[in-house]
Amino acid sequence: MRKISTPYLLLLPGVAFLFTFFILPIINLAQTSTQTPVGGGDTGEFEQTLHFSNYLDAFLENKEQFGRSFVYATIATLLALAIAYPLAYAIALKGGKLKNFMLILVIAPFFTSFLLRTVAWKQILGEEGFVVPTLRTIGIISDSTTLTSTSFAVVMGMTYNFLPFMTLPLYASIDRIDPRTLEASGDLYANGFTTFRRVTLPLSMPGVVAGTLLTFIPAAGDYVNAAILGSPNTKMIGNVIESRYLKIVDYPTAAALSFTLMIVILILVTVYVRKAGTEELV
Amino acid sequence: MSHKVKDATIPHIPTGARISRWIGRNLIRIYAVFAFTYLFIPVAYTFAFSFNDSGKSNLIWKGFTFGNWQNPCGAPEVCTALVNSIKIGFLATFFSTILGTMIAFAIGRYSFKGRSTSNLMIFLPMATPEIVLGASLLSLFLVFKINPGFWPTVIAHVVFCVSFVVVTVKARIASLDPRLEQAAMDLYANERETFRRVTLPLVAPGIAAAALLAFSLSFDDYIITNFNSGTLKTFPEFVYASAARGIPAQANVIGSAMFFLALAIVITGQIVGRKRKVSA
Repeated sequence: MRKISTPYLLLLPGVAFLFTFFILPIINLAQTSTQTPVGGGDTGEFEQTLHFSNYLDAFLENKEQFGRSFVYATIATLLALAIAYPLAYAIALKGGKLKNFMLILVIAPFFTSFLLRTVAWKQILGEEGFVVPTLRTIGIISDSTTLTSTSFAVVMGMTYNFLPFMTLPLYASIDRIDPRTLEASGDLYANGFTTFRRVTLPLSMPGVVAGTLLTFIPAAGDYVNAAILGSPNTKMIGNVIESRYLKIVDYPTAAALSFTLMIVILILVTVYVRKAGTEELV
Repeated sequence: MSHKVKDATIPHIPTGARISRWIGRNLIRIYAVFAFTYLFIPVAYTFAFSFNDSGKSNLIWKGFTFGNWQNPCGAPEVCTALVNSIKIGFLATFFSTILGTMIAFAIGRYSFKGRSTSNLMIFLPMATPEIVLGASLLSLFLVFKINPGFWPTVIAHVVFCVSFVVVTVKARIASLDPRLEQAAMDLYANERETFRRVTLPLVAPGIAAAALLAFSLSFDDYIITNFNSGTLKTFPEFVYASAARGIPAQANVIGSAMFFLALAIVITGQIVGRKRKVSA
């Protein structure tokens, strides 16, 4: 006999924790976002004035960084999908005995701190690295062109850092495909490309959706790649929120920006999941 | 006879065509090799430069040395930061694994009122960008006059690790064969015994994987930590702070050591898992 109360007792500690340290902070963030500085008070002192135009001011002041965040995150997500799909396909369908080993290889770079790897890219692509001099010698880039401190480097860094988040869900959904459906497609005279387009790709859609979300969401809020690999011209909204919060101590603007970012992402995710027609997440 | 005919035809195919055919058949495998190379370039770079006789700034190759490996605490802040990260990682893993596993059993095993709300509450932290999680927690701590530091960082890490633990353990629970538990019940085990002797051992690998994931997420986190750690410095924070002037080679030593350690744990886990399967 299972007691009705059992699931609730199991849930209680975790849900209470998440309520206190996730839901309450978000509510608090919403409250902070409409505050204004106390007249004549110290820096960091704010009072609630329901000043909703904080949102408009914060957005207009930083629309460039907002736009950049979503453009960079979209490009990085698409690049990661393009790189990860064939890799996940190779592991799931051609991996054979090496399947588990290859999966470990996908996760393994994770274990070297992602900051170390980002710094490594900065040095590899930097002036002292070997890539830039080589490309200059061959003549692909001019002597004045640099790779770091560019939007190229930022997008490349994000693509690289979020690649495993894209590969693993893709692998999981491709691996679940019954190989007999692919054989059946071949038996019905579909060539390799048609089989991929009409059978493999539709069956792997849950992985595509989960992978793109797991890449896009952290990429849109990221500021580490932009800070290490970019320049002031590649600042993303994350860089602005970070400096407003921790350096300028302008909590209301930072809160308004954070809340806007969260809402925009939630709306995009909801629309995307509806369109992609899958409820199965992660 | 057919194989003789086949043999005879092979020499007539020009080498170029044979190579291109081989490439065509193995294209996806060749691609995988390139993709893995791309994934490992910065790892290899970090490892190589852990042997650099570089002094303070590890930007240019100056000569080979084992010195950094023999004395990983040679740059003192590196080790302080590392110890902070390990402490926070263990605590965050401990709490998030317990809370997350309990939630996973509730959602994975029972149907009850409020199940979909609980699911949503697990999903939301994963759909929230780290910077929003970090910033909102900091503003809560500030309201309650709690100074950022060690425990606020642990709490922040538990918040984002719990959801990943739930998802990992839930997947394992969902893949269990319900007949195994029925068999235990048929053999007169009561509910508690069934759970302890059958269900829990079967779910254990999922819990172990979740704990490993939680630790690596916590150990590697920068954004949320940066908001809630105050003056305390974790390993990623140390790397970030010294990125501009070049990080000391000792940081590369620690990064590489963590890489090999984690790899060893994962591979051992795989081998143990396979042996169990064979003996079962």
